[in-house]
Amino acid sequence: MIKKRALYSLLLATAASCTFAMKLPPNVDEERLRTLESELRCLVCQNQSLADSNASLAQDLRQQVVEQMAAGKTNTEIRDYLVARYGDFVLYKPPMKSVTILLWVGPFILLLLAAVVGLIVVRRRSRLPAAAEAMSSDLQQQGERLWQADAGASRKD
Amino acid sequence: MKSLRLILPILILAGLAVFLYRGLSLDPRTLPSVLVGKPAPDFTLTRLDAPDQKLSLADMRGKVWLLNVWASWCTACITEHPTLLDLSRNKLIDIVGLDYKDTAEQASGWLKGNGNPYTLVLQDTDGRTGINYGVYGVPETFLIDGKGIIVAKQIGPMTSEFIEQKVLPLLGKK
Repeated sequence: MIKKRALYSLLLATAASCTFAMKLPPNVDEERLRTLESELRCLVCQNQSLADSNASLAQDLRQQVVEQMAAGKTNTEIRDYLVARYGDFVLYKPPMKSVTILLWVGPFILLLLAAVVGLIVVRRRSRLPAAAEAMSSDLQQQGERLWQADAGASRKD
Repeated sequence: MKSLRLILPILILAGLAVFLYRGLSLDPRTLPSVLVGKPAPDFTLTRLDAPDQKLSLADMRGKVWLLNVWASWCTACITEHPTLLDLSRNKLIDIVGLDYKDTAEQASGWLKGNGNPYTLVLQDTDGRTGINYGVYGVPETFLIDGKGIIVAKQIGPMTSEFIEQKVLPLLGKK
């Protein structure tokens, strides 16, 4: 447990040291930079955000982000700058567009489908108990008959 | 109802198989380029072969040319090098090299050792021009027409298919 915790803190420390290695201009808010960076994808190592990545391109892009922030650009302007060069892919949160509509609506369609299937199953099950009961009493009678027959047979022995 | 019960799982499996199969053939590393069909971003860069001279995008106006992003540290660039050398021997098209995040000495040494397919080489030492072109993995090659529009882009090593299917038709050779 202690080992695990030590490992985690080591990981965190490395991550932090990568991110804050760059010297920030005084008018750049670190908090804002972190938030913005975490929404941007590193294109070299695609499962990392700009904030997490140590790839050379990610560092360059982070540098650009910092410079633009220092120049007073808004988050939207900075995002647009990157999208113009690298496409929507650079954003972790894809915008709502005709190509991405399935991405946004798909889960809800699946949810609806699951609900419909669930409803059908539940409905069918609710019709089952009566049949099951009839069957079980039938089985019980049969069992009792067998039991009695068996008892009768053993008494004869 | 019974037959539907039997067929439905098979249909779902088939649908899933189609999606998964398509997923296999897609390369997640090649991104659709937003720059294809758009004007090439401007630049003014120092020439590697003539450090006292600079070249801008405007200087290439009226020509169909290739902008090949490479670097001496780039291992995949060695893979595409024979293709570029072949293309340069035919003298069909100007190949401008963009030496991405590299030093002049190393780049010159690399070209001396491996051969130089480039009409001229530009130095993008800080990688700014690369960023403007949306470069995220070297090598990348842009096919630019006489009006300065990016017609096609190859991510990763240059292939003879790209030359045959994109470059030659634009030159009117095929």
